Amino acid sequence: MRASFRGGIHPDPHKELTSKKRVEVLVPPSEIIIPMSMHIGVPCTPTVKKGDTVLMGQKVGDSTAFISVPIHASVSGTVKAVEPRLHPSGAKLMSVVIENDGLDTLCEPTPVPDWEHADAETIIRAIREAGIVGHGGAAFPTHAKLRSALGPVDTLIANAAECEPYITADHRALLEYTDDIVGGLYVLMRVFPNVRVSVAIEHNKPDAIAMMKRATRGDERINVVELETKYPQGSEKQLIRAITGREVPPGKLPSEAGCCVLNVDTIGAIYRAIVNGMPDIRRIVTVSGSAIAVPKNLLVRVGTPISALVEACGGFTDQPQKIIMGGPMMGSAQFSLDVPVLKASNAVLFFSENEDRRVKTPVCIRCGRCIEACPMRLLPTYMYMNATHERWNECEALNVLDCMECGACTYECPGSLHLTQTFCVAKARVMERRKK
Amino acid sequence: MDKPNRLFIVTSSPHVRSTDSTHSLMLDVLIALFPALVVSAFTFGLRALSLTAISVAACIFFEWLYCKLMKKPIPVSDLSAAVTGVLLAFNLPVSVPIWIPIVGAAFAIVIVKQLYGGMGKNVFNPALAARVFLMLSWPAYMTRFTAPHTVLPLLGNVDAVSSATPLGILKEGGSVTLSVMETLLGQVGGCLGETSALALLAGGLYLLYRRVISYRIPVTYIATVAVLALLFPRGGMAALDYTALAVTGGGLLLGAIYMATDYTSSPVTPGGQLIYGFGCGLLTVFIRYFGSYAEGVSFSILVMNALVWMIDANFKPKRYGTSRMENFKKLMKNAFVKNEDTADKGGHA
Repeated sequence: MRASFRGGIHPDPHKELTSKKRVEVLVPPSEIIIPMSMHIGVPCTPTVKKGDTVLMGQKVGDSTAFISVPIHASVSGTVKAVEPRLHPSGAKLMSVVIENDGLDTLCEPTPVPDWEHADAETIIRAIREAGIVGHGGAAFPTHAKLRSALGPVDTLIANAAECEPYITADHRALLEYTDDIVGGLYVLMRVFPNVRVSVAIEHNKPDAIAMMKRATRGDERINVVELETKYPQGSEKQLIRAITGREVPPGKLPSEAGCCVLNVDTIGAIYRAIVNGMPDIRRIVTVSGSAIAVPKNLLVRVGTPISALVEACGGFTDQPQKIIMGGPMMGSAQFSLDVPVLKASNAVLFFSENEDRRVKTPVCIRCGRCIEACPMRLLPTYMYMNATHERWNECEALNVLDCMECGACTYECPGSLHLTQTFCVAKARVMERRKK
Repeated sequence: MDKPNRLFIVTSSPHVRSTDSTHSLMLDVLIALFPALVVSAFTFGLRALSLTAISVAACIFFEWLYCKLMKKPIPVSDLSAAVTGVLLAFNLPVSVPIWIPIVGAAFAIVIVKQLYGGMGKNVFNPALAARVFLMLSWPAYMTRFTAPHTVLPLLGNVDAVSSATPLGILKEGGSVTLSVMETLLGQVGGCLGETSALALLAGGLYLLYRRVISYRIPVTYIATVAVLALLFPRGGMAALDYTALAVTGGGLLLGAIYMATDYTSSPVTPGGQLIYGFGCGLLTVFIRYFGSYAEGVSFSILVMNALVWMIDANFKPKRYGTSRMENFKKLMKNAFVKNEDTADKGGHA
């Protein structure tokens, strides 16, 4: 039986557009925009100024806060400006703009010497210095996650579920950067000496499952787990449930359930940081959608504007209506092609027609599909009813704060209600009232 | 200046939706009801079709009229009024005068559905409430069942001899000798859409396959009735014969598959749906055994309709990350402690 959880949905995968395409290296364009906020947590302060020469891999921003990571130049060149620039969040945020000299002159790499005997502290510190954040989409600083998991964790889950439609970045990483990922697992086994490792892959990627099984054969500590293909299988809490049968108590960290979940591409980045001394400055981005001429998987330097990705994919075949950074279920819509690729940008999608079915008067018919879809076993029907009447206490009693905004309810809703969108507002209101 | 050279749509996630809409779900229900309509036309003649057509047209008309007068958006295209129309007709004996479905449609759509707020807001199943309203107002028409294949005028008034339904005969203390084939194919007296077990089951399977309904309500409802029939047969019948009759001989299948599963008037929580189906079954058997009516499906579903919100509030799914015991304690606390400060409020009301 394939590991799974209760609830969830089966959206059209559309992964065939890019799943068989090898990762192509995108030559970085002449201007690179490095925002000082590429992670959840405190933004960095720029450590360079206009006119400075920077090397590839050199630190350009840092912060002293715990939930934060330094940011590095992804190309070599000259700092053209340190100014607010458009960010995928929709705001203008402080960024370091680099004029690329095209030479990729590398900053002195700083690998951890003799990592096979290094202790957890050294490795976690090096992971922070390399600026590694979760590559799956949430961009949580990896060093903070590892530190919180020290001690109680007995299961390390390498998350390659990649349950969002269209995205094939992790799939390609499993196939083409297998050694980095397996190496990263061994680095992490230095941090957590007693863990069992589960590499979790949805069953719609049989080639990746076979590849990982082959690469980890002979090591009893590593187990490749086949997951049912279902959204949101890659969500941390659902994945823990599917693999270990345990559940994370509400409001607690996964370490409470003895688990630490890391995206596979993050694990590859950890290997490159510890063994090769390369900071987190590049990632695989799936460029896909109905409006793009040639959908591709590209190896992109962080800070590359998405217009360069469009160009590398042959431009548009059709006037795009919607640009999405990330997957169609949880990604954010963009209004400009000037926004840069961040450390956690796993896909950029271009839709020629608006795939979201919108109706003038959404009506709840109480069909209960949202309840069957909800992976957190909430009651979207009642949460929506209370939220639209601004009954925030009732929303809180219905555990609206457990909602992770996966969008499964909204996808299923035949009445075209804006469920997830309403719950975002409800969560914010409930939090405001708690603070008071 | 980084001004976009064209405008893009920017909305909050998710950015894709399934293709199912209220319209498509209701269309599926209509498709599922079609085999039963065909059998009905075969059994009771073309008058079954004309009554159904009148009922559907009247439901759609009253929905349009009410929304027009109240200046509300007109939801006729979602087909829910058409479904109500078909179900209302299916709950009438074929011999009723043609104004009966029109009055019923007005009651169902205006009073039961729209006055409660319309689609998704009504507490009671419109078609069933209208049926009970008609039955209490014009009992003579509403209990005049004709034997299958009686020739009836297409639209004009009927003065046919009535023949009892199988459950009616049992109520009178008589004994029923029907073959299973007769009830499966609907060759018995009854309301025009309720008699053919096979056609109704086929439609039910279609709805399950299309994920329009879940198995929970129909299966628990039918199973409850079947188990009780097996344990307590009536009319001197063998247990198995009586069980077959109890399940296929009355309005149970139509009620369990198409009426009790009405989205708006049934629970949305999976646990609540099981309880609701069980409650419907229990009440149906009670009314059939101890009530003065031969049939109990309509009343039991309407009674359970009234309990839906209470059921939902108390049978919420287990919250992720909590134990079943914790949830059970909360349920008990909710049931017995009426102190505002300590009771876990259902979250709605």
